[in-house]
Amino acid sequence: MPSPVIRVRDLSFRYGEGDFRLHIPELEVGTASSAAIIGPSGSGKTTLLHLIAGITLPQAGKIETHGVDVTTLSESARREFRVKHIGLVFQEFELLEYLSVLDNVLLPYRINSALELTSVVRDRAREIADQVGIADKLARYPGQLSQGERQRVAVCRAVLTEPAVIMADEPTGNLDPLNKGRVLDILFDYAEASGTTLLTVTHDHDLLERFERVVDFKELLS
Amino acid sequence: MKQTLYLAWRYLAFHRFKTLILLTSITLILYLPVGLRVLVNQSSEQLTQRAEATPLVVGSKGSPLELVLNTLYFRSDFPEPMRYAEAQKVQSSGLAPTVPMYVRYHAQGYPIVGTSFEYFDYRSLRLQSGRFFTLLGECVLGARVAEALGAQVGDSVTSSPENLFDLAGEYPLNMGIVGILAHSDSPDDDAIFVDVKTTWVIEGLGHGHQDLTQREAASAVLSREENRVVANASIVQYNKITPENVDEFHFHGDISDYPVTAVVVLPPDQKSSALLQGRYQSAEERAQISRPSEVMGELLETILTVESFVLAGAVIVGLATLASAALVFMLSLRLRRREMETLFKIGGSRASVGALMASEMVVVLVAGIVLAAGLTFLTSQFGAVLVRALIRM
Repeated sequence: MPSPVIRVRDLSFRYGEGDFRLHIPELEVGTASSAAIIGPSGSGKTTLLHLIAGITLPQAGKIETHGVDVTTLSESARREFRVKHIGLVFQEFELLEYLSVLDNVLLPYRINSALELTSVVRDRAREIADQVGIADKLARYPGQLSQGERQRVAVCRAVLTEPAVIMADEPTGNLDPLNKGRVLDILFDYAEASGTTLLTVTHDHDLLERFERVVDFKELLS
Repeated sequence: MKQTLYLAWRYLAFHRFKTLILLTSITLILYLPVGLRVLVNQSSEQLTQRAEATPLVVGSKGSPLELVLNTLYFRSDFPEPMRYAEAQKVQSSGLAPTVPMYVRYHAQGYPIVGTSFEYFDYRSLRLQSGRFFTLLGECVLGARVAEALGAQVGDSVTSSPENLFDLAGEYPLNMGIVGILAHSDSPDDDAIFVDVKTTWVIEGLGHGHQDLTQREAASAVLSREENRVVANASIVQYNKITPENVDEFHFHGDISDYPVTAVVVLPPDQKSSALLQGRYQSAEERAQISRPSEVMGELLETILTVESFVLAGAVIVGLATLASAALVFMLSLRLRRREMETLFKIGGSRASVGALMASEMVVVLVAGIVLAAGLTFLTSQFGAVLVRALIRM
C-alpha cells in the first residue's frame, strides 16, 4: 500500500447518550488510491466520513488526514483544513437552489474566508465545468438540471479546491445507470490525473470492481 | 462580508416574491406612522394657515364649523343666510372693514363666490390675466377653474340652477369672464368670483328685462298705473348682462334685507376685535361671530384624536406583522437547516452561516428603512399637494 493519506487509530465515537457506538481500531487509506466502504445502512459509514473530515469529533482515538491529526485542531482550524484538503460529495448533491451552477461550484470560496475567490479560481471553475460537461449550464439553477447534471456540479464543487482527498457519500445513490457510470468516470479520472485519494461509501456492489480497495465496514469495527 | 452579502442578495433575489412581501410589510410598518404624522402636520398647516389669516367671521347662528368651512373653503352645506344689513352694521360701527360673502351657487361644478373687490386685496390674490370685476355680471376665475374649463378672458360661464325642476327658481346667468387669478395654492384657485350683487341677480332678487315703456313691449303690458306697470310672462328677461342692457337691471326691495352667508371682519387691532366679539355675546343676537383659527383648532383636535387611534392601530398592526415576520423567519430557518448543514460541512463556520441568514434580514430591513424614508420624503414634498387635493374633494 502507498503511504497512507488517512490513518485512523482506536477511534471511539457515540452520539450523546444514545445506543449508537462506533469503535474502529485501525484504518489506513493510501495516497492516490481509491477505496470503497460498504456496509449496511445505519452502521456508521457516513459518521466515519464525517469524523475523517473533521466535521464531527470522536470521544477518543486519533485521525490523521493528509499528515494532520484533525482531533487536535480547533474548530476553525478543522474547518480551514477541511475546506483546503478535503472535497465532499453527497448523495443528495447538497446544492443551494438559489445559487447558479457557477456560484454553487464557487461556494467553498464564498463561505470560508480562508479561501480567496480570484479570477484564477473562476477560470478554474469554468475549466472543470467544461471537463465534466456542464460548461453551458453555469448560469442555470440546480432546479433546472437533471439529477446527473446536479451531481456533476457537486463533483466540480468538491474538486475546485484541489483537495488531497475526495470523500463521496453514496455519490451515485440517486442516479440512473448511465449517470452513475459518468459520475464515477469523472471522479476516477480526476483522482487519477491529480493524484487525489478517493474514499467512497456505497451500497452499489456493481461499482466495487472499479476501486482498488473495498473495505467491509463490519470488519473495521471491533 | 462581501461574499456573505452576495449570497444573501442571491437568496433574496431568487425568492423575490417572498422578499417583496417582506419588504412591503416592513416598509409599511415603518412608513405608516411617520407618513401619517407628516401628512397630519401638513393638513394642520394647510387648514390653519387660511384660518389664521381670517380674523373673524360673522354669520347666522348655527354651526360655526359649517360657517367657517363655507366662508374660507367654499365647502359644506349652504349655511343659513343672514341679512346684508349685518355687514352694513359692522361696517358702520367703524371698528373694522368688512368683506361680504355669499357662497351658495355653482357654475359647472365650481362655487360662485359673491364678494366685494376688497376680497382680492385681503387675500393678496393677483391676476394672471385680465382685470377684476367692476360691473354686474362680470366674473373672475380661480386659476384651476380656468385650467379645468379651458376658459380665457372674454369667454363666459353660466350659473347652474339649484333645482332643475323648480320652474319658479332662479334663471341661469351667463357671466362674462374678465379676469383669471394667478395660482395661490388655496381654495381661491377653485372658485369663481363675482360681485355679491351678481349673486343676488342669480337668486332672482335683481333682474333685467325689456323696457316696458318701449313699443316692442306693449303686447306684454297688462296694466299701467302711474309708476306701476304690470306685465305678463311674455316679457323678455335677460340672462346675460351686457353694456347694452345693464341699465335695465334693477333690484326690488331693500338691499339691507338681501342675503349673505357671512361677513369677513378685519379688525385692525385686538381692542376692535374684542369689542366686536362682545357685541355678539347676547342671547338675543341672531348672528354669531367666530374666530376661524379657534374653530379649525377644535376640528384639528378631533383629527389629532382620530390620528392617535390610527397611530395606535398602526403600531399594533406593525407589531403583529413584525411578530409574524419573525415567526416566518424562524420557520424558514428550520426549513433551511439542511442548507445550513451543507454550508457547515463544506467549510462555513456557524458564525458565517448565521451571518448569512442575518444578512438577508438586514438587507430587507435596510431596504425597508430606505424605502420608508423615501416615501416619507415624498410625503413631506408632495403631501401639501395631496392635502390640498383632499381638501378640494
